[in-house]
Amino acid sequence: MRTLFFLLEKEFRQIMRNKGIVRLLIIAPVIQLILLPLAADYSVKNISIAVVDNDHSTASQRLIGKITSSGYFKLTGYTGSYTAALSMVEQEKADLALQIPAHFEKDLVRENSQKLYVAINAIEGTKANLGGAYLSSIITDFNDQLRVDWHTTGTATTSDAPQITVAASNWYNPYMDFHLYIVPAILVTLVTTLAAMQTAFNIVQEKESGTIEQINVTPLKKHIFIIGKLVPFLVLGIILFTLGLLVGWLFYGIVPVGSFWVLYISLVDYLFAMLGLGLLLATYSTTQMQAMSLSFFFINIFNMMSGAFTAVDSMPGWARAIVQTFPPSHFIRIMRMVVLKGSGLSDILYDLGAMALIGLVLNGWAILNYRKTA
Amino acid sequence: MITLSNIKKTYNKGAVQALNDISFSVEKGELFGLIGPDGAGKTSLFRILTTLLLPDAGQASVDGYDVIKDYRHIRNRVGYMPGRFSLYQDLTVEENLNFFATVFDTTIKENYDLIKDIYQQIEPFKDRRAGKLSGGMKQKLALSCALIHKPSVLFLDEPTTGVDVVSRKEFWAMLKKLKQEGITILVSTPYMDEANLCDRIALVQKGDILSIDKPAAIVSSFPGELYAVRAAGTHRLLQDVRNYQGTSTCFAFGDALHVTFKNAGSQPLLEYLHTKGHADATIEKIQPTIEDCFIHLLK
Repeated sequence: MRTLFFLLEKEFRQIMRNKGIVRLLIIAPVIQLILLPLAADYSVKNISIAVVDNDHSTASQRLIGKITSSGYFKLTGYTGSYTAALSMVEQEKADLALQIPAHFEKDLVRENSQKLYVAINAIEGTKANLGGAYLSSIITDFNDQLRVDWHTTGTATTSDAPQITVAASNWYNPYMDFHLYIVPAILVTLVTTLAAMQTAFNIVQEKESGTIEQINVTPLKKHIFIIGKLVPFLVLGIILFTLGLLVGWLFYGIVPVGSFWVLYISLVDYLFAMLGLGLLLATYSTTQMQAMSLSFFFINIFNMMSGAFTAVDSMPGWARAIVQTFPPSHFIRIMRMVVLKGSGLSDILYDLGAMALIGLVLNGWAILNYRKTA
Repeated sequence: MITLSNIKKTYNKGAVQALNDISFSVEKGELFGLIGPDGAGKTSLFRILTTLLLPDAGQASVDGYDVIKDYRHIRNRVGYMPGRFSLYQDLTVEENLNFFATVFDTTIKENYDLIKDIYQQIEPFKDRRAGKLSGGMKQKLALSCALIHKPSVLFLDEPTTGVDVVSRKEFWAMLKKLKQEGITILVSTPYMDEANLCDRIALVQKGDILSIDKPAAIVSSFPGELYAVRAAGTHRLLQDVRNYQGTSTCFAFGDALHVTFKNAGSQPLLEYLHTKGHADATIEKIQPTIEDCFIHLLK
């Protein structure tokens, strides 16, 4: 016990002495947490639109006015020819081209129907997708307004047909604030990087400098040595997580709805699994370069597949099954459930259990492999 | 104290033979030297004896304990100083020493007497990080750390490689003192001049032991007489001496050639060299050194 205490003291002393590491471990994640949610915002704004107005009527002017006043679109071109608008799309001056045909207003009144043409630059998928969707909803809205106008003035009789309107309300995130959704996920990815990568680097560093050999000829027990390596990063992980919650509160006003105890119990469970991964990677690497390549491989996959930025449910079945073995996917779910919805321990038992199981497998594997190689 | 019998070790699934049926033993309180070039298998031998590496075949024991079965006991009573400096560079001198003392469940105070002579030389720098020490000071710190738990056997793998001449001299003086404390010491070195400072030495080459004996005995076992030949233009001289039919062996040693003859007699060679244009050639009989013996055995 005295040895373990001394080992921990030594580890902390070494970590604190390395100023670069302290900066890297604490300041860098905080900066990332402040900056990344601004970038990872899914609501698209400033979509440039080029309008081909072949009608020049009151109705077409009203439609254009409605589109630009929505706040999502920027009118970057107003031409009379479709080819001119299309070349703007080609030159990346416009994301969308909307063509309003000649006699738009006249035919709308006379035939009671009209067609609009929208050309979308689909190179940037998200922007194109959302831009198209926004535009159609604005046009639908415009359409409804026309009906109301005509109905009240009595010029049309067809609008008496029954209609179904759908009213949706967004639970747990009523204003669909994207930050509420993305900040907890980004915090998880930062904790992941710290726990898995830094643990692996720290242990491999002892291999590189030969100090592990010197330790191996002493009577120091392997499990004490391993605990001495894992505990400091468990503590650092908890500090980073706490800092992250503070940043979320200060910069994005996010206060977890659920209990902090539930969050921290889940965090320790999660760190147990991820420290096990770091330990395992360390046993398979002999240089820090190898450890870095290996951990980048896993962290990239974790970041892209664990539901931080894209929904796990939209992946194919086999991919969803693989994602179940990724500890971050469970912790991101827990974070969102507890932070947004206020879930308690009983709601997240499945994820907690899964992380504990993965942690046992990873740590056990690492210890077996460590014995064999050292 | 240390015994090895038929130790074998290969690397890369048998492709590289590191140790080839090595057997020898070291007595208690002996200063035993392993002399050999890089790649002779010295470090593999150390790693087996310090329980860091398992031999493919054979038995070895340290202080009466088997290196495989009783490795825990061995780790409690040996000190190991690897060839490369392997202490924590980012901890200070004192912190390193304290750390290794704690790991062995002892304190600096308890065994201060043993390391006093060595540690006192680096004590003025005890708050300096180990990475910032000079080569000689690093070596003294490493030795202090290897001694802090009062080991009965000390393994030193090339402790003086990359250390200046003065520090090397001091280091060997320290080993002599430790020997007087009754500590068995196994030391390896690529420097032949250090061989004479050991009680007994083993000449190792490519995983085989060429000879084991006291340095003096190894020197006196040198067959025949050895001569040093000197002249200006060493390169041409070497060619001419090697071409001379009475020459048995001829190797360049610094500014001289060490030569043995098939039939005793150096006078005919001198005359031969004069005819070859080496007017300033001289020949004198010399005492063979360990290095001469080593080269002779390699032949």
